[in-house]
Amino acid sequence: MSAGYTPGLAVSARARHRVQRRLPIAGDVLVEAGQQVQARQVVAHTFMPGDITPLNLAKLLALPPADVPECMLKRAGDQIGVGDALARTKGIFGWFPRAYTSQVTGVIESISEVTGQVIIRGAPLPVEILAYLAGRVVDVIPGEGCVIEADVSYIQGIFGIGGEAFGPIRMACRSHDQELTADLITPGMKGAVVVGGARVTEEAIERAVAIGVAALVTGGIDDQDLEQFLGYALGVAITGSERVGITLVFTEGFGEIAMAERTFALFSSREGADAAVNGATQIRAGVMRPEIVIPLVGADTAAGPPPDPHEGHLATGSLVRVIRDPYFGLIGTVTAMPSELQVLASGSLARVLEVTFGAGQGVMIPRANVERIAG
Amino acid sequence: MARVILATDCGSTTTKCILIERVEGVYRQTHRGEAPTTVEAPFADVTVGVINAVTEVQELAGRRLVDDRGRLIRPATDREGCDLYISTSSAGGGLQMMVAGVVREMTAESAKRAALGAGAIVMDVIASNDRRRPHEQIQRIRELRPDIILLSGGVDGGTTTHVVQIAELIAPARPRPRFGSEYTLPIIFAGNKEAVPLVRKVITEGFALTVVDNLRPVLERENLGPARDAIHDLFLEHVMAHAPGYDTLMTWTDAPIIPTPGAVGNILQTIGSRQGINVVGVDIGGATTDVFSVFDGTFNRTVSANLGMSYSIANVCAEAGIPNILRWVPFEMDLRELGNRVKNKMIRPTTIPQTLEALVFEQAVAREALRLAYMQHKEFATTLKGVQQQRTVGDTFSQQGAGRTIVDNMTLDLLVASGGVLSHAPRMQQTAMMLIDAFEPEGVTALAKDSIFMMPHLGVLAEVHPQASLEVFERDCLIYLGTCVAPKGIAKVGRPCFRYVITSGGETWSGQVQCGEIALLPLGEGERGLVTIEPDRTFDCGEGPGRRVEREVRGGTVGLILDGRGRPLMLPGDRVAGRRQMEAWVCAVDLYPGLDQLVGHR
Repeated sequence: MSAGYTPGLAVSARARHRVQRRLPIAGDVLVEAGQQVQARQVVAHTFMPGDITPLNLAKLLALPPADVPECMLKRAGDQIGVGDALARTKGIFGWFPRAYTSQVTGVIESISEVTGQVIIRGAPLPVEILAYLAGRVVDVIPGEGCVIEADVSYIQGIFGIGGEAFGPIRMACRSHDQELTADLITPGMKGAVVVGGARVTEEAIERAVAIGVAALVTGGIDDQDLEQFLGYALGVAITGSERVGITLVFTEGFGEIAMAERTFALFSSREGADAAVNGATQIRAGVMRPEIVIPLVGADTAAGPPPDPHEGHLATGSLVRVIRDPYFGLIGTVTAMPSELQVLASGSLARVLEVTFGAGQGVMIPRANVERIAG
Repeated sequence: MARVILATDCGSTTTKCILIERVEGVYRQTHRGEAPTTVEAPFADVTVGVINAVTEVQELAGRRLVDDRGRLIRPATDREGCDLYISTSSAGGGLQMMVAGVVREMTAESAKRAALGAGAIVMDVIASNDRRRPHEQIQRIRELRPDIILLSGGVDGGTTTHVVQIAELIAPARPRPRFGSEYTLPIIFAGNKEAVPLVRKVITEGFALTVVDNLRPVLERENLGPARDAIHDLFLEHVMAHAPGYDTLMTWTDAPIIPTPGAVGNILQTIGSRQGINVVGVDIGGATTDVFSVFDGTFNRTVSANLGMSYSIANVCAEAGIPNILRWVPFEMDLRELGNRVKNKMIRPTTIPQTLEALVFEQAVAREALRLAYMQHKEFATTLKGVQQQRTVGDTFSQQGAGRTIVDNMTLDLLVASGGVLSHAPRMQQTAMMLIDAFEPEGVTALAKDSIFMMPHLGVLAEVHPQASLEVFERDCLIYLGTCVAPKGIAKVGRPCFRYVITSGGETWSGQVQCGEIALLPLGEGERGLVTIEPDRTFDCGEGPGRRVEREVRGGTVGLILDGRGRPLMLPGDRVAGRRQMEAWVCAVDLYPGLDQLVGHR
């Protein structure tokens, strides 16, 4: 017998959760340590340098680049607006001068006598960071952001689409293995985080977008449905920046796969509570999975059980889900963990474990192809 | 003389360590260990993973290498320590660069070659003629988060205006480096020397400008060495210095730490020049595929950023198209289910094929990923573009001009495979056939695989101890799979392709291979044979159509593969005929034992 480790996705009814909220560049932090914040509250803001418009005045005015500086009517650092005269040539003996009027608003950043290029910087672009997690500010990172903490119900998905969204939890399916079809999406779900069961259909997503559902969380999706909804085939699993009118989170994967019962039960128990959802997924170095964060309020905030120190560790008796064919999606119990390498049907040598589904016989599965789920 | 050498390669997920010792007068790789890389939290110190990997080697070798304070023991005595310690690194996503030049096909391409050769991932190439408008170029520069920028442009004495124009786009765009706002972004200028003072005026605040010799001093010649050296220096000074624990690691090593792919390039160049052969190497990973080539002494490397076997598997399917992948699958598959399987592999990248069906499909995807990566490599590895050529009347009908690929499969001597799907294939035949189907070697080509991905270690070792590096490369690094004999040409299936006579160890085999046929002859590890090929008049095996070829060939774990399928490889367009054809090839080389049952069930 031996032990093994397999990372699973976090599904926790009660957990102390922290998020770090940072600006992409230095700015102002608007909150203080100890302060309570709401999910949609701005906690830090800054201004990014504005967009740049390069103008090659040498070409536009048919001048040698070296002549551009002396034709300029404005200097570096000057503010200009649309229609302002920017440069004027001397013409021929003062006749036929040519002028250039600005098409943009901004500040002249540089004038090059080498290229005749003038760089105009537009107005600074405001950047705001929301709290995302309703809770208490526990740390302030000067000039950059803050750390917020709260007791929450926390669910990680396997894959998502779209960025941050907020809304109350609304259950659309009656059971964890019910398909989420368009008829289950109702107008009353506008602005909500709607939870389904098994596979969601493309029509259901379209209807959710039309109604204005904030986010949709369900067990799985068919690859072809997702491609049809997005309008393109997903190449690499780096998501979060899509602008598709909704945030989608899948808790199990692609295909006809039901949401884990425990996950579904947790959502059901928190129906009506406000949630924050982030569909951003990155499956490379620094793995990022999508998440649903549901802050606990009032009596719910009592500390939950301590985290299981053996979480992720596989042993005989562990409940696991198979995450690759031929048993994809099945949930079973580990009944043996031989330490010797075994030859798979593919011919490869691999570390395996024996999993028993229901009352059936045990089957050998590579350890890499299971994930532990809490019982 | 160094007797005991320790080498590590700090990858994104795993730190691999090898021990090299002098055994009976020659250097041999004796033990290997690995441990998870510890660049990210909670450790945030690369040396923890290095010590863990070294400790594993220590236990396996029975030789004490780490002292009680967790430091490497130096120098070596009979029972403990090492004389030399070296390392490569690709942790944290490797070295990411943006390059810029004036003309995309000339100086910008040379800059890209310099960056790739140094082991970088090139995020984008900005050029005056890249068909983007200046504001679009600026927007793109702003979005990127490079570690280093390489700016080139103009031959010496040539344009200064266009060079400065590019610099004027980069300076105000103020690209944000990956390592946060405290990091001063290094820019290397390797362009027209007359533009140096002008570039210095433009690239000022917020950048660390390094000026090196022009990488394209004249159109007819590249001078990539100074730019590559500067990239390696800045990689150490800036990028590595900001990665957790590298400041300590750098004090341990006896040679500068270099990016992993740069080290692989080093060893292949060394082998190419020492043995006077043309070599192609490939490393296929989960996210990317690197292809390296040395043809007539010229080294090229490409990184196909989104062609890989796990994170990027969906992209391979999208780029190649499912019909092209299924060409290599000798049974029917449900397309809808296939789409879901591919996506599930993408989101759970560590899973492995359990069934033969899943393995066959995964190796089919690998063939297409390798094929696409090699196509990109051939397009990139070209003669210099922009070179004026004097042509005579005799050249009128010749299509060869500047910018033609220097990759010539007919003159390729050795094809080396590395990366999970190739290295860990259950059967060596599978590795060999993935290489042959994807790269389509022509003539006579030896096939090998890097036994335990040792090339990075040996690449950096080549810089401080070439003898040890070469001895280990020859004896322990490569596992020879055998040799592929494949005449170039196309003819109807069933017609004669070539006749062969093979003599080895006093035995002789002879026979004929028909078009569309593949045959496997036993020529074991360490064995060599003399092969005589007489191709049909429409086929060329290296000496011209129909001309006889005599070569010494190398055996291996697979043997001698006689490939009469023709080049370019043409597979039947019809799915049913294609399946039958593939089934025949699978049988001929005993590729997938047990497949007949699978095919029978469908």
